Amino acid sequence: MIRVMLPYHLRTLAQVDDEVTLDIAGEVTQGSVIDALEARYPVLRGTIRDHATGKRRAFIRFFACGEDLSHEPPDTPLPEAVATGAEPFCVIGAIAGG
Amino acid sequence: MSGVRLLVGTRKGAFVLESDGTRKRWKVSGPHFAGWEIYHMKGSPADPNRIYCSQSSGWFGQVIQRSNDGGKTWEAPGGGVTMASNRMPQGESNRFVYDTSSETGKPLTTHQWYDGTQHPWEFKRVWHLEPSLTDPDTVYAGVEDAGLFRSADGGHSWQELSGLRGHGTGPKWQPGAGGMCLHTILLDPNDPGRIFIAISAAGAFRTDDGGKTWKPINRGLRSQFLPDQDAEVGHCVHHIAMHPSRPDVLFMQKHWDVMRSDDAGDNWHEVSGNLPTDFGFAIDVHAHEPETIYVVPIKSDSEHYPLKGRLRVYRSKTGGNEWAAVTRGLPQRNCYVNVLRDSMAVDTLDSCGVYFGTTGGQVYGSADSGDTWKAIVHDLPPVLSVEVQTLA
Repeated sequence: MIRVMLPYHLRTLAQVDDEVTLDIAGEVTQGSVIDALEARYPVLRGTIRDHATGKRRAFIRFFACGEDLSHEPPDTPLPEAVATGAEPFCVIGAIAGG
Repeated sequence: MSGVRLLVGTRKGAFVLESDGTRKRWKVSGPHFAGWEIYHMKGSPADPNRIYCSQSSGWFGQVIQRSNDGGKTWEAPGGGVTMASNRMPQGESNRFVYDTSSETGKPLTTHQWYDGTQHPWEFKRVWHLEPSLTDPDTVYAGVEDAGLFRSADGGHSWQELSGLRGHGTGPKWQPGAGGMCLHTILLDPNDPGRIFIAISAAGAFRTDDGGKTWKPINRGLRSQFLPDQDAEVGHCVHHIAMHPSRPDVLFMQKHWDVMRSDDAGDNWHEVSGNLPTDFGFAIDVHAHEPETIYVVPIKSDSEHYPLKGRLRVYRSKTGGNEWAAVTRGLPQRNCYVNVLRDSMAVDTLDSCGVYFGTTGGQVYGSADSGDTWKAIVHDLPPVLSVEVQTLA
């Protein structure tokens, strides 16, 4: 079971209160986690990754286990602690604007 | 009893304001989609309970919302929760992907960038939603970077009408200060094939075949910021308005200049007349008097607020050229707000109501064609758009 933490606006959009939990068949990577997240909550498609390019949106970051994983290739395996559910995979909205 | 519903889009959410036909007391609901930018909401003329809403964010991109009960509840069409993680995603309602060239698979065209180079189209947001006059499930979306999309399934999926970008002048289009946005969509009530659109900063365009082919309609526009002031495209059109009884007569607020066309945009002439400044964004037409039009003059392109701190709507009862300020109830000192291009609308009650929103968060309404005004709300986030539904 994978735990995913979403920023406030995406939680309200997906109508979830807290962490999202996902079951992932196969390797746990950024890409597979977000694929599963979007499959479960289709309204999130395009809000984390650009619809046309599939790339992470500019003001979105991926953190886990105290590390910024935003620039890792999408098919890089996530830390074991994320894969086991001990630690969450965090989707962060960058601090910007006013 | 008749009533009025105002759909107000702001920088930080959507608001729905409702009143009975007297338009004296208003019930305010919102913010809906709190914290998101709501560039535009508009109701279907064929079903007033059907409302479309553009919800966007610099962080999270574009979401389309839809209401089937007059704004009480909302859904992202096709974006509901699927319970099984192995099912195919259905969230296509947020997907605005430009067509590519069918021959090469590469971008259909590029446009002019600020440095004079060519730049690929990149989707930013939906600026304007225009529901079909007859079918609640058909709706057009004007987007940034400038393009026109259409949904025929209630907003579930969107297809580009790429004949607009591909007709030939696309490489000459360039972004205005607010981005390269398609902000105005007018559907001709007499001719289902005819659509007018406007783009900053490219100009006005028309299709007569439902969106397959397009042509620029900018003859008569002059823009000092262009090397060729009479160029075919490149003009910063801010908004266009039409009276449904005379769809060949169009009124335009350009960057500078208020313009009029009597031949469906083929030719334009200036009707700024005695306006104290002819810069502005919003323009609209009285519901029952096709020659009565409204603008809100703004000081200049460098100073986006009213002249001398006095918020003044100007009304012409002669289709332009002869203008008079209507100010009763509007602040006449220390007012430095702007009125954006999609922030003015009229209702169709017997005594025509006129409404506009400001970047200061006020929505002003007049129940007597502009003679007197009253702030319906004072302190919303900056208003991006105002639309009206007149309810039976």
